Amino acid sequence: MEEMKDMVLNYVINEYQEDEDDEITYDTPLISSGFVDSFSMVSLKVFIEKKFNISIPDEEATPEAFDSVNKIVDLVNGYLEKK
Amino acid sequence: MSNIGSYDERAKNFDWSISEKELDYKKGDVLNIGWYCSDRICEQGKSDKIALYHEGFTGEERKYTFNDIRLAGNTIGTFLRNLGIKEQDRVCLFMDKIPELYLSFLGVLKIGAIVQPLFSAFGDESLYVRLENAGTRAIITQKKHAGKVRKIIDKLPGLEYIIIVDHNETKPLKEREISFNLVKEEPVENMEIFPTRADSPSVLHYTSGTTGQPKGVRHVHYSLISQYLTTKWVLDLRDDDIYWCTADPGWVTGTSYGIIGPWSLGITQCVLDKGFSAESWYKFIEKYRITMWYSAPTAIRSLMKAGDELVGRHDLSSLRHLASVGEPLNAEAVIWSEKVFGLPFLDTYWQTETGCMMISNYPGMKVKPGSMGKPFPGITGVVLDPNTYKPIEETGRVGLIAFKPGWPSMMTTYWNNEEKYREKFSNGWYLAGDRASIDNEGYFWFIGRDDDVINTGGHLVSPFEVESALIEHEAVAESAVVSKPDEVNMEVVKAYITLKPGYEINDDLELSIMNFIRKRLSPLAMPQEIEYVDSLPKTRSGKIMRRILHAKEWGEDIGDTSTLEDD
Repeated sequence: MEEMKDMVLNYVINEYQEDEDDEITYDTPLISSGFVDSFSMVSLKVFIEKKFNISIPDEEATPEAFDSVNKIVDLVNGYLEKK
Repeated sequence: MSNIGSYDERAKNFDWSISEKELDYKKGDVLNIGWYCSDRICEQGKSDKIALYHEGFTGEERKYTFNDIRLAGNTIGTFLRNLGIKEQDRVCLFMDKIPELYLSFLGVLKIGAIVQPLFSAFGDESLYVRLENAGTRAIITQKKHAGKVRKIIDKLPGLEYIIIVDHNETKPLKEREISFNLVKEEPVENMEIFPTRADSPSVLHYTSGTTGQPKGVRHVHYSLISQYLTTKWVLDLRDDDIYWCTADPGWVTGTSYGIIGPWSLGITQCVLDKGFSAESWYKFIEKYRITMWYSAPTAIRSLMKAGDELVGRHDLSSLRHLASVGEPLNAEAVIWSEKVFGLPFLDTYWQTETGCMMISNYPGMKVKPGSMGKPFPGITGVVLDPNTYKPIEETGRVGLIAFKPGWPSMMTTYWNNEEKYREKFSNGWYLAGDRASIDNEGYFWFIGRDDDVINTGGHLVSPFEVESALIEHEAVAESAVVSKPDEVNMEVVKAYITLKPGYEINDDLELSIMNFIRKRLSPLAMPQEIEYVDSLPKTRSGKIMRRILHAKEWGEDIGDTSTLEDD
């Protein structure tokens, strides 16, 4: 679980963080704060799907569901449990 | 009663002098947008009225009176002037929607320099081509975006100053960088406003075309005349309104109607510098008691997706007028907004080049959901026969949207590209590059673009720019970029790609290509879907036939393929 969180967090920091003074944690709002815009969310979704070998339907890939590392991990876990 | 009153009466008795009189402007006078948006409002006795309520992404609130924005414009203008920035120098604003963006806009104009706003999500390549083309002398930015400027600075010897508005004192500034913190500066009470005239250049916005690099659309200070009146009559803004334009000033809506229009009328406006979420938008309207809301179809469709129940959880009773811009507003969205807000979103149509609304729906005029509306009074709008370039007289026949040149905010040229500028005119008409029909009551109905430019979420993306960037990726041999339908954004970017020998399709590669474009150009330009193909459809002379791929995406007939190679 922690490993998964760190994997997502590191990806978000490496790919989307523009100001190194900004602190991004597991709970930092990503979409609603503007760290990740709605267009870029598509690449984040692709990363999640490929990395965890799941497919998230567009109607569930909402800005709310992707709004923090913790929320993303909860979403991923839901899919992994169904497998 | 709305500001416009009867559309038909206004259209019959129209002259732009209506606007000139209201602005106390006479031909030949000094005309400076920066002054009109701040000093003049203070002179009217509204110094203490709030000009801007701002909420940042952390929830931090700031507010500015008209006197505050006057002083801030003076302070920024004086700082720039002391650096040696003079009239007609290009000063780029490359910031998120922070207050300094709005205030710098006034400051740059007050000293007669040309303001060049650029969308802060642009990547380094998008930034470079626009700064290089404009010969930009200074850029005002935030530390979070300075890295993109540093990457390209060696290729821009004419870019003398990189002004950082939130520099962290603990870190050293780099080459050509200067720290400017508005809060720490002594406000400048008086400054000499540069005496710009009607034809003095004011704003340089970049827009994408099908081919070639982005074009710098040059506007002049006289554009105020139409921006003021369209704001008053279409957005119907009144003295006690609280206005919210959701557009980013990196694009023309964010300056024409997110700065110039409301502030020249002395209106209080709100800015939310946060990513989109339906919840936070409704909360924002509720909190500031917003009365007039100017937004975009993509946002409206996203709100529709979020559901009606969410609307009911907020008190949105302050809203009295809604309008939309950026792409055609579908009838369902108009009907939905009437259902949930009790008000229809009124569609407006215009472009970076036109500088102001050209075809609109107006308060008090019958709304036909899905229609663009009618030309603004004083604007002669027609659809032209694509072969003869003569106006089509019969109703319902599709033609090219065109306008008779001469309205105050019409672009005056494409920067350093007079040839492209001239191509926008034919037979005495300005060609908008879109197709529409006109019904028997004079309402325009949008059909589509007349070129390959992709309109995604209300922003234009050039397929040429994306294709050019794609082939710089190590794995990409060739590419063709087209739009594909999207429920929320109307269109999104799709790339067809052939790979170089030795590269194989895999998950990491797709992500690598997407992120390459996102960082190099912008998130808007990032392909939302990539399809790998063995070869691309080409003419016998080797030109990629985008229209075949476009037709495939949209389920349309692919048309004439006689020139297709290997046919």
